[in-house]
Amino acid sequence: MSTKNWPLWEIFVRSKNGLEHRHCGSLHAADSDMALENARDVYTRRNEGVSIWVVESKHITGSNPENNGEMFEPAQDKVYRHPTFYDLPDEVKHM
Amino acid sequence: MKNENLYNYILGIADNSLILGQRIGELCGHGPSLETDIACTNISLDLFGQVRSYFQYAAKIAGDERTEDDIAMLRKERDYKNVLLVEQPNTNFAYSIGRQFLFDVYHLAFLAELQKSSDLTLSAIANKCIKEVSYHERFSSDWVKRLGDGTSESKEKMQEAINDLWTYTDELFHQTEADKAMVTENIGVDVIKLKDNYYKRINALLEEATLEIPESKWFQKGGKEGIHTEHLGYLLSDLQYMQRTYPNMEW
Repeated sequence: MSTKNWPLWEIFVRSKNGLEHRHCGSLHAADSDMALENARDVYTRRNEGVSIWVVESKHITGSNPENNGEMFEPAQDKVYRHPTFYDLPDEVKHM
Repeated sequence: MKNENLYNYILGIADNSLILGQRIGELCGHGPSLETDIACTNISLDLFGQVRSYFQYAAKIAGDERTEDDIAMLRKERDYKNVLLVEQPNTNFAYSIGRQFLFDVYHLAFLAELQKSSDLTLSAIANKCIKEVSYHERFSSDWVKRLGDGTSESKEKMQEAINDLWTYTDELFHQTEADKAMVTENIGVDVIKLKDNYYKRINALLEEATLEIPESKWFQKGGKEGIHTEHLGYLLSDLQYMQRTYPNMEW
């Protein structure tokens, strides 16, 4: 049996309730059911998670690193986009 | 030994997990893909974990010097009480999956009953193991369906494995003297009562996998009484190598 025809899946694991799912890696599987089972065995066997999402890699659209200049650099010198110029009332804690 | 029947009964249960764990563990580093390799190794580790609970309890019952490791590593072939099914080799992936599947369906039904045992330690172990085995059963039956209902080559191999392993299924429902004694005391599971549902479930899954249900009515047995196929000796020589070569060695 060869896995060369099995599509690639991206695996997202939620480590505990209340936290978000985080990307933890990828694996090969024939379909989504197998991807879930494989993800369970590959990524949660040391008690790392309480929930798994699998997404076939081809469905993810990524930004092109070549465009990083126009995509991300304009944000670098705009400190006023961080809400750090407000005086917070004492009643508001943990902002 | 005061409670020899209970001791032998526990070994009968544990040896199935020990020998199957060793067999499926042989795929570690040799699985057909990285993902299935890890899955099979996980199953093996689950089974070894179960074996430890059983052998720790058995060592307590024996009440002498022997430890869980002695029971696992230092018995001779004829003293192992596992069914013949679990010692069958990994001829190819279809055989590994077929063996796992034919055992898992039994194992799951067995543990569901063992949870009701009047022996609180056994029922607690069963309670812990059943979640693991539910997953094993899902994994192996999914793969039987995938291979059976897959390509013509995978179907042929899966059918051949089921046909060859079929002869070892009836032994699962054979009772030893220790089994009978434990059933009378409400400690053990009356495996005869599991038989009808076992074949119903297996047949339904085989049909779903578009495989044929073997018609052979001739069955092998003997493992539970210590009479094994030629494969067990080789397996034990691997399993016991370290203890035999370096007696009393520890990690």
